[in-house]
Amino acid sequence: MSATTTPHPKGTAGGNRRRRRGPRTWLAALPLLAFTGLCFGIPLGAIAFGAVTRTDPATGAVRPTGEHLARSLQGPYLGSLIGSVQLSALTALVGGLLGVLIAQAVVTSRSTALRSAALTASGVLANFGGVPLAFAFIATVGISGVVTQLADLGGLGWSLYSFTGLTVVYLYFLIPLMVLVIAPALDGLRPQWREAAQNNGATAGQFWRHVGLPVLAPSLLGGFVLLFGTAFAAHATAAALVGGSVPLVTLKIADALSGNVLTGQENVALALGLDMILIAGLVMAVYLPLQRRSARWLR
Amino acid sequence: MAAMTPTAPDTVEAGTSGAAPRASTRRPRPRSRPRPRVWRGAVLALAGAYFLTPLIASFVFTVHVPGRGISFEAYTELLAADGFTQSLLLSLGLAAATISLSLLLAVPALIAVRIGSPRLRPVVEVVCMLPLVVPPIALVTGITTVLRWGPEHLSRTPLYQTFLAVQNEDFPVVLVLAYTVLALPFVHRSLDAGLRAIDVPTLVEAARSCGASWPHVVLRVLLPNLRASLAGAAFLTLALVLGEFTIASLLGFRPFAVWIVSISGAQARMSVAVSILSLVITWLLLLLLSRAATVPATVSAAPATSRKES
Repeated sequence: MSATTTPHPKGTAGGNRRRRRGPRTWLAALPLLAFTGLCFGIPLGAIAFGAVTRTDPATGAVRPTGEHLARSLQGPYLGSLIGSVQLSALTALVGGLLGVLIAQAVVTSRSTALRSAALTASGVLANFGGVPLAFAFIATVGISGVVTQLADLGGLGWSLYSFTGLTVVYLYFLIPLMVLVIAPALDGLRPQWREAAQNNGATAGQFWRHVGLPVLAPSLLGGFVLLFGTAFAAHATAAALVGGSVPLVTLKIADALSGNVLTGQENVALALGLDMILIAGLVMAVYLPLQRRSARWLR
Repeated sequence: MAAMTPTAPDTVEAGTSGAAPRASTRRPRPRSRPRPRVWRGAVLALAGAYFLTPLIASFVFTVHVPGRGISFEAYTELLAADGFTQSLLLSLGLAAATISLSLLLAVPALIAVRIGSPRLRPVVEVVCMLPLVVPPIALVTGITTVLRWGPEHLSRTPLYQTFLAVQNEDFPVVLVLAYTVLALPFVHRSLDAGLRAIDVPTLVEAARSCGASWPHVVLRVLLPNLRASLAGAAFLTLALVLGEFTIASLLGFRPFAVWIVSISGAQARMSVAVSILSLVITWLLLLLLSRAATVPATVSAAPATSRKES
C-alpha cells in the first residue's frame, strides 16, 4: 500500500495505521502470554516432569519412570481417586436434578421478584464454598450443632463427617450452580413450543420426551459435567470438615505435600495431581462442546 | 396457556392464539393448573428450608451459649482476637495486588486481540481458560516443586534472591501469582463479554480520527465503556482471594481463610462467627456485582461464579 509514493492521503494513513498497529497490538498481548507461561506453564511442566521421572538422591541422576503414576493408581491412592469420582458423580447427579427442579419452579413462576431474588441468591450461594461453608454446617449439623441437638440427629445415626454428610454440604453450592447454568436453557424452552405440542394433542409426558428433553439435553449434560468438575476439584470444604476420614484425592495430595505420610511422597503427589488434571481436562473436553451446542437454542 | 406468552412477538401471531388453542386447552386447564402451583410451592419451600437452615442455625450457634443465654461475645471479641486484623489485612492486600495484576495483564491483551491481532485471539482464549482444567490442589503441587528448585539448584545464582523475595512471609508474592492464574478464566470471561457488547474497532477508529493518542483511547474511551465488566472481574477475583484456603495453607502462609481454620479448634464459636461475617461481606459484594451486571440485560447469560474455594 505504501509502495506507491503518490501522495494519496487516505492510502498512506491506512498503511501507516496498519503498519503501526500490527507490532503494537502483538506486544500488548505479550505480558499475558509470558506471565501464564512462567507462572502456569512452569508449575504444570514440573508436575508432568516430576510425575514421570525419578531423581536418585545420591547421584542426582534423573531417569524416566512410570512407578509414581503406577503407585498413584494403586492401593489407598486408587481408593481416594475412586472416592472422589464417586462423591463428585453422586453430588453432580443429585445436585443437577434438584437444581433443574428449582430452576423450573423459578422460571415458570410469573413473579419477577421471586425470579430475580432466586437467581441472585443462586449467584451468591454458588460462590459460598470452602471454609465458611464447612463451619456453617458444623455449627448446624455437626456433633454439637444447633439442629443436631434440637432434633437429636446423633441418635438417628447421622454424622456430618462422612460420605453422606459431605454430600449434603457439597449440594449447598452445587445446586445453585446448576440453577445458574440451567435457567437460561429453561428460559429458551419457549412456551409456544409447549402450546404447539398441546395443539397437536401431545400430553405433557410426550412434550417432555420429544421436545423438552432433546432441546435441554446438551445443557443438562453440560451442567452435570460442570458440577462434577467443581465437586472433583473441591478441597477446602472437605479439608475443614472431614480431615481424613473420607478418602478423597484432594485430601491425599494435601497429606502427601505437607509430609503427614512417609517422606518421598512428593512425586506421588505430583502423579496424583497429573491424574486430577487428566480427569478435569476430560471433563472440560466434554463440557465446552456441549455448552456451544446448547447455546444454539438460547437465541 | 396462550395467556402465558406475552413475550417473543416474533412467534405469537393472531392465528394460533385465536379460537382453536383456547378450545383445546380448556379441557386440561382445570386439571393441570393447580398441580404445578402446589408442586412449585413445595419445591421452593424445601429449597428455602435447605438453604436457610445452616445460615440461621450458625447464627444461633454463635450467639447462644448453652447455660448462659444470649451473648454477642463471639463478635465483640473478634477485633481483639490474635491474628484477626493481620490475616484480614494480608488477604485484602493480596486481593488488591491480584486484581491489579490480572487486569493489567488481561485488559491490554484482550483489547489487542480485538483490534489488531485476531489471529492471536484463540491463543489468548485458550491460555486464559486453561487454568480451569487444573484444580488448585494440583497447581500447588507444581508450585511447591518449582519453589524447591530454589534452594536445591539455584542457591549460588542471583535468581535465588528472587525465590526468597517471592516467599516473603509479610507479603507472599507467590500467592499473588498463583491467584492471578486462578482468576484469569473469570477475568477473561467477564472482560470478553464486555468487549463483545461494544464495537471496539469503531470506537477506536472514531477516537483515533479525532486525534486521540493510544493511551487516551484506552483510558478515556474503552475503559469507561467496560466499567461493568471491570467491576465484575474485580469482584469475582476479590471473592476468590478472600476465600482461598488450599494454596495458602499448603504453602504455609496465613491469610484469612487459613486463620479461620487455625482458630476453629480453640474457639469454635468465633470461627463460626467469622465465617458468617465473611459470608455476609462476600454476599454484599456479589449482590453489588449482580446489580451492576444486570442493569441493562436480564439475569441470565454468564453465571457469576468464580472458582471460590470449595
